[in-house]
Amino acid sequence: MTAAEYIRVSNLHAFYGESHILHGLDFSLRRGECLALLGRNGAGRSTTLRALMGLISQRTGSIMINGVEAIHLPAHRIARLGLGYCPEERGIFASLSCEENLLMPPLVAPGGLSLEELYALFPNLRERRHSPGTRLSGGEQQMLALARILRTGARTLLLDEISEGLAPVIVQRLGEVVHLLKARGYTVLLVEQNFRFAAPLCDRMIVLEQGAIALEVSGPEALAHHQEQLHQMLGI
Amino acid sequence: MTDIFGVPLLALLGQMLLGLVNGSFYALLSLGLAVIFGLLNVINFAHGAFYMMGAFAAWGLLTLTGIGYFGALVLVPPLIGGVGLIVDRLLLKRIAHLDPLYGLLLTFGLALILEGGFRYQFGVSGESYDVPESLQGALDLGFMVIPKYRLWVIAVSTLVCLVTWFVIEKTRLGSYLRAATENPTLTQAFGINVPLMVSLTYGFGVALAGLAGVMAAPIFQVAPLMGSNLIIVVFAVVVIGGMGSILGSVVTGLSLGLIEGLTKVYWPEASSTVVFLLMALVLVLRPAGLFGRQT
Repeated sequence: MTAAEYIRVSNLHAFYGESHILHGLDFSLRRGECLALLGRNGAGRSTTLRALMGLISQRTGSIMINGVEAIHLPAHRIARLGLGYCPEERGIFASLSCEENLLMPPLVAPGGLSLEELYALFPNLRERRHSPGTRLSGGEQQMLALARILRTGARTLLLDEISEGLAPVIVQRLGEVVHLLKARGYTVLLVEQNFRFAAPLCDRMIVLEQGAIALEVSGPEALAHHQEQLHQMLGI
Repeated sequence: MTDIFGVPLLALLGQMLLGLVNGSFYALLSLGLAVIFGLLNVINFAHGAFYMMGAFAAWGLLTLTGIGYFGALVLVPPLIGGVGLIVDRLLLKRIAHLDPLYGLLLTFGLALILEGGFRYQFGVSGESYDVPESLQGALDLGFMVIPKYRLWVIAVSTLVCLVTWFVIEKTRLGSYLRAATENPTLTQAFGINVPLMVSLTYGFGVALAGLAGVMAAPIFQVAPLMGSNLIIVVFAVVVIGGMGSILGSVVTGLSLGLIEGLTKVYWPEASSTVVFLLMALVLVLRPAGLFGRQT
């Protein structure tokens, strides 16, 4: 593992009961890099994030996070290695107000954004701060799900389908925020269905098919070169 | 003297007070059940047994070591809560991934074993425990005379319920608890040690039952079956209030005590049934309970 590698995944397998979902993934994520995991539904993208976060109990292989082997760690210890997770279903807590949702995740490292900075980034959340979390609109909930992991000081963000089902103007706003975070040196692992959202943001792309890496593309030149293949694989 | 629907006011107030005392126990016990159900999804049938053990622990402390009521009030809840922690670690953790029905069966069996053990040791009739000296006697309010100990029970249990409600609804720790109740997996993914929190919550709920047991010792006979007599009503309270609702269990506990007391005055034969009639009614009209989240 080189010093620049922040996450190194080797031979990762994951299972839900009898079904074998991930078949030996190998990839790494460098500090400050944005990597997109693409693929069709059921290809194992969300499962990869869940396996990284320790949310799948049956997993084998190796997951090194900042020099620590995390494959056998319980989920709450993995988060404290500096990972922030934004799940596909957003996971806004209905019994907590918007602001309580923001304040809920404990700090995992120093240097997180303050409440004021977050409200400056997402002004809607300030207006809705006292509303119950699930009374917010879909877009607001997505902003909240992203904002609350920025407060914790996590420098590596695992974002699952943050652009899904949202109005174009909100998707654009989220894109701007991810861009800003990249500029600030955050490391981002982006799971996406929306190729057009991911392409301008990421430095590298991995396409998953049936729980294995089918294609890895880095840089705009390679992207242009593989355009045809990508379109075919993603069905776009 | 004023009569209300043919019942002297004093008799009415007396019964209402008794009802409130019973309601205080309902509230304390159903509060513990609600907290446990919320986070563990376990319907803790052993709750009555822990309540009984709390009373016996107070009696044991007095007879064996001479530690009195107030000492017991401080020592017994952590002691019984510790028993709860052991039960969670040795038994409940092993079945946490199974259907909640298994938790119900396990705690039910545990209650039978505990109560059977105490019956074997102490017989059915049990032991008596005196009201502490400082709380003996009565308070003359002018319009009625109230035994001091009854007032004490109402005050302490109301305070404990309020503090619990405050901690759960208004503090950081409470927000962890509410979050974990709703989505334990994600809460853990944010770095919170949910398994530990689950254990401590069970311990806390059981400690509340122990506290109720200590407070019940001077009022009721300290007997092996004191818990199983009470727990059925407490379950009805939890169902009426809404499974897992903190506020629901407290408000419903106190008000059902009152309703029971009033029924004793106006229709004594129905007093032991009225709670269950209400439960049936609530289940028909609002299946999630009065304070439960309707889904």
